[in-house]
Amino acid sequence: MVNVIVELSKYLLAILMILYTLQCFQMVKKRDEHRQRAMLVKQLVVIVLFLSLSFLILFLKSGELRLVLLYGQVLMYIAAVEILYRVFYKKASMLLINNMCMLISTGLVILCRLNMEKAQRQLMIVAAGSALALVVPVMIRKMSFLKKLTWIYAVLGVVMLAAVFVLGRTTFGAKLSLFGVQPSEFVKIIFVFFMASLLWKNSSFPQVVRATVIAGMHVLILVMSRDLGSALVFFITYLVMVYVVTRNPIYFAGGMAGGAAASVIAYFLFGHVQERVTAWKRPFSVYEQEGYQIVQSMFAIGTGGWFGMGLYQGSPESIPVAEEDFVFSAICEELGGICAICLILICMSFFLMIVNISLQIKNPFYKLIALGLGTEYAFQVFLHIGGATKFIPMTGITLPLVSYGGSSALTTIIMLAIIQGLYILREDEDEELERIREALEQNAQEEIQA
Amino acid sequence: MRESEKRLNRMPRKKSRRKKASPVQFRNRPYAIVSYLFVGIFVSLIVWLVYFNLVRSEEFINSPYNTRQDTFADRVIRGSILSSEGQVLASTETADDGSEYRYYPYGSMFAHVVGYDSNGKSGLESEANFHLLSSHAFFLEQMKNEFQNAKNRGDNVVSTLSVKLQTAAYNALGDRKGAVVVMEPSTGKILAMVSRPDFDPNYLEENWEYLIADEENSSLLNRAAQGQYPPGSVFKIITALDYLHKHKTVDGFSYNCQGEITKQEHTITDYDRTVHGEEDLRSAFAYSCNSAFAEIGVQLGGKSLRETGESLLFNKKLPLTMDYKPSVLSVDGKSGVPLMMQTSIGQGNTLVSPVHMALIACTIANQGVLMKPYLIDRVENYSGARVKKYMPGIYRELLSSSDASTLAELMEGVVSYGTAASLGANGYTVAGKTGSAEYGEGEIKDSHSWFVGYSNVEDPDIVVSVIIEGGGTGSESAVPVAGSVFNSYYYE
Repeated sequence: MVNVIVELSKYLLAILMILYTLQCFQMVKKRDEHRQRAMLVKQLVVIVLFLSLSFLILFLKSGELRLVLLYGQVLMYIAAVEILYRVFYKKASMLLINNMCMLISTGLVILCRLNMEKAQRQLMIVAAGSALALVVPVMIRKMSFLKKLTWIYAVLGVVMLAAVFVLGRTTFGAKLSLFGVQPSEFVKIIFVFFMASLLWKNSSFPQVVRATVIAGMHVLILVMSRDLGSALVFFITYLVMVYVVTRNPIYFAGGMAGGAAASVIAYFLFGHVQERVTAWKRPFSVYEQEGYQIVQSMFAIGTGGWFGMGLYQGSPESIPVAEEDFVFSAICEELGGICAICLILICMSFFLMIVNISLQIKNPFYKLIALGLGTEYAFQVFLHIGGATKFIPMTGITLPLVSYGGSSALTTIIMLAIIQGLYILREDEDEELERIREALEQNAQEEIQA
Repeated sequence: MRESEKRLNRMPRKKSRRKKASPVQFRNRPYAIVSYLFVGIFVSLIVWLVYFNLVRSEEFINSPYNTRQDTFADRVIRGSILSSEGQVLASTETADDGSEYRYYPYGSMFAHVVGYDSNGKSGLESEANFHLLSSHAFFLEQMKNEFQNAKNRGDNVVSTLSVKLQTAAYNALGDRKGAVVVMEPSTGKILAMVSRPDFDPNYLEENWEYLIADEENSSLLNRAAQGQYPPGSVFKIITALDYLHKHKTVDGFSYNCQGEITKQEHTITDYDRTVHGEEDLRSAFAYSCNSAFAEIGVQLGGKSLRETGESLLFNKKLPLTMDYKPSVLSVDGKSGVPLMMQTSIGQGNTLVSPVHMALIACTIANQGVLMKPYLIDRVENYSGARVKKYMPGIYRELLSSSDASTLAELMEGVVSYGTAASLGANGYTVAGKTGSAEYGEGEIKDSHSWFVGYSNVEDPDIVVSVIIEGGGTGSESAVPVAGSVFNSYYYE
């Protein structure tokens, strides 16, 4: 009996996921505010249905009473976020909030399936982070000195990364964490602020050289700490920001060529880079060692097929670190390839929305920040999914908001709050411009009358 | 002034944001490019995922390392494996106490190729594991089972194996150690694959400790695919092909055989020191003259012979889904004269499996094109409705069709007047090559008996590859086994 429900739920969950994804893209097109608001509510309904159905299945299959509590908590969290933003920030982008809730929900469902303690902890961190992030938009507005702290960002970023390199604890062959936190996650934000404050006013060649030196230091420390994924995220963000601000494609092409050359050098220099590449090219030949993870991940994705095995019907726990670096494979196995493709599309629409916000901002400093943060998000998604599906070599990086990981979730929530702050600021900017223009027109008219 | 400001604040705001779009768009070109780039990588992720699910996933799902399908067994009764004629080769039965066990009606006859499902998996049981544990029963029935908490019945796998040919090969081989592979060259279907000594998969668990400890017989080894044997004279096919590559024709070769040949103090003798006298390449091939081929090998040199061998998949991966050992051909440009003399007659360091020789014969029989060998013809649900059909596919063209027909001519000579002449009088035509591969060290040398060839040379029907360990010359023991298989194919 339960099996029938689980079997049916696979298709329902896929349909809900498709519905949500479609709404995401429709929303970008629709400009009509009234209809947009109706759409947002529909989207919210889909999220709640998705959550309810998943938790029902989770409960039926595992019989854990804790799930009921957890389900209530997730709903409360979503309600709180949706209401608080509507109350305090009337001009906030609710689509951004919806997407965040959807990704967090998907993540929590698969985390509950894999490890309930971790799911509980994740929800706590997410809730605390969201509460904290609620003040971020105000701060963005008040703290206009943020664009002057260029070298403080640079020093802070390098020192934090260096601290991990020197003092950090090694897990899975990489030095990532210090006292349980992963500073490289937070440095991602600081780094974007550094790049933006350095380049927004002046993007001459010497400035770009300065940016290159500091960015190079970040990347180098990360490579030495064996955190290849983060190193790549920093590098690509640096490239994109320099290209956008200078509008010079030569920087971009040159950077890509340099990056490619550096990758080849790194391949011959570092054993761990070679291991990753071997595991990618010939996973079965190194099945017992470094190929094990990726082979298990491919088994999961292949076995899942289009509609997945259904929650608790597969064995995603056989993939090492499924909750963090291979959460996408776990989703593929139990929720299916269609859900997974929808997830990619949601992440893509998320990124496009951030670029869109960046386009609408007129303040060049904020504009760059929004784009930089968006790039970091998008590229991290690409590294995670590409790595888990063997599209590119594995770099060991989380899927923002979906994977288990306090630092990662917290950072992403703060990033989104910053973008939200910029979005609200942009609306204000518009109003101010409007007011000034009308005032001028009025004056002119009065003068004519006089 | 203040008055006017207040008034302004009260006024409704106009929407004029859109008007500025066009100049902004130009300024924002880098943004557009960055967006397109990222959309591009996201789309490529999706394309890859779709491609993987459609095309590549099976190779991972069916991997013997993949244990997650075994969890399916809790909900699905493992399906049966059938022969191409529809006989059951393996099925799941329920014991009196309600437990399931795997039953193999033919006992040890299909032991290696069908394999086993306890103590790990092998053969078809491993290759088709996913299908056997997937159920495509009618969905209402599946629903009913789910409601009653009963298991669904897994799909049946219909193999390309023929009970008739397998029986003929198995019986002809008898208690001798060795292997027989029968294939259909025009499709790549594997029709029979026998390896002896064998084991009874019905009693695998009881005998497991004994079987893995018994290194003298290594009964678990599938000699057809994993056996590595010196090829002996069947390798002369490769040497002849290399000669053909170099001279574009086999005409114009002549050699006077004295029963032995000595170069650099290394002597190669012919079988029984037979003096073949004046001969051309055709007769040298048909009589399997060692002296002539040693002479040819030295002229050709190691580099050329290796390249030709590798074009026929020596030192390469074979397109097989089962476990196999790749063949070894180690000569190169630096190889000395004695090693070249050895190698060109199939001795030296060369090693080959019976299935690889079958693939080479298939290529020759199919005008140079090797079809992908396969064992699963189709998958059906338990009531016989088709789920999936496997079609023959081209692996690669390994030979030009003219080279293939020249080699075919040489092999016809072997049967019409050469070492396999006993196959010539059975009412069907055969082309082939015999071999006796010496092994062991010192004075007391024994030899493995080889035959590889195909029947109905105008429009080839089946390829047979036979090895009998310690069986003496090819004509002595391997040729009669091949004859039994051909006879069974045409007359039973």
